[in-house]
Amino acid sequence: MMAALIFAVSVVTLMMFFVSYCRSLMAASSRHMLSPEVRDVTGIQDLPTARDYVKVMQLLQLCPERPEDRTGLRAVSLYYDILQMTQESVARLLPQLRIWTENERAGCANFAAVALDRRIAFNREVLAREGEF
Amino acid sequence: MPGLLTVVFYLGTAFELAFVVCSIQKKSFFRYIFLNLYFLLTLASSCMRRYVLGHWGSSSYEYWYAYFYSDAILTVTLYIALISLYSRVFGELRFSKYVRFSAVLLLLGTAAFSYAVVVQSGELLAGRFAIELSQNLYFVGLVLTYILWGAILKLGETRTRVVQIVLSLGLYFSAYAATFALVNFAEKYSVISYLCPIVGCLLPLSWTVTMWRHSEESRLVPARLVAVPR
Repeated sequence: MMAALIFAVSVVTLMMFFVSYCRSLMAASSRHMLSPEVRDVTGIQDLPTARDYVKVMQLLQLCPERPEDRTGLRAVSLYYDILQMTQESVARLLPQLRIWTENERAGCANFAAVALDRRIAFNREVLAREGEF
Repeated sequence: MPGLLTVVFYLGTAFELAFVVCSIQKKSFFRYIFLNLYFLLTLASSCMRRYVLGHWGSSSYEYWYAYFYSDAILTVTLYIALISLYSRVFGELRFSKYVRFSAVLLLLGTAAFSYAVVVQSGELLAGRFAIELSQNLYFVGLVLTYILWGAILKLGETRTRVVQIVLSLGLYFSAYAATFALVNFAEKYSVISYLCPIVGCLLPLSWTVTMWRHSEESRLVPARLVAVPR
């Protein structure tokens, strides 16, 4: 009984720290202005919305990886999946929670778009360097 | 072909080493000296445990003492690393002196409590004390990290590194507590035995990523950290 209680409390704190950790990852890239190339390729006009996430992730898979992104993207992808599950279950009954998950998913899409922007810039830089030789 | 536990062990060791190398490369070794010290001691204790395991075997008293005493030392070092993060967050408020004093008092209090529990249970004092101290300090660490996170939100801390290091520590402590609880009521499932080493890899991995990706100067917007806008 005690072990089950400790388990429940630790899972709650784990989720709380996980949400905050993902938000800190997203906050770190929130000031980044998306380049016109990324806006063109993704079709994002102003700010990314929750619907853009899947499209941006597909584009990210086409672009050669940048090692710095990997862990952050995995964490945010997991966060997005949890949000998606929440939206399709509990959030249907709670309108405020639905709005919150929608905003969070938009944040995930923004994080992915910034990662795509950085990957494109990184690959362009690598190609330019190779061209010099 | 090495087993999964061996792979996880080497992966964890690689991440610990990566953190130390990364902080030296980013010229932050002394700024985060206690975090580095913790990983250096973890590396040293891993080597020592391997040596003892090779010489005396996993069911020997030597290995038992080496494992639990090195674990107690590592927990105390992680506690000191956490207090160093407190000093960073409260440094600008000139509270560092009080933070250190309270931390020493709390550590002594936890040690005294652990001693009292062991004496009452009438078990072998030397071995049991190390286990009891580690467990209690883990619990104290989780509570202190939770309080530190609250303070970070309240004070509007903007340093990306400090924020992400504290959050990673919170994730680590919570995941460890959940794993220990799971071990107690679902011991029969063999998959549980893999959870502890996997969780152990998370802390060096996330700290290394933080050290690698963000400079000391990088800042984030504190309002974006709050899950529910105020």
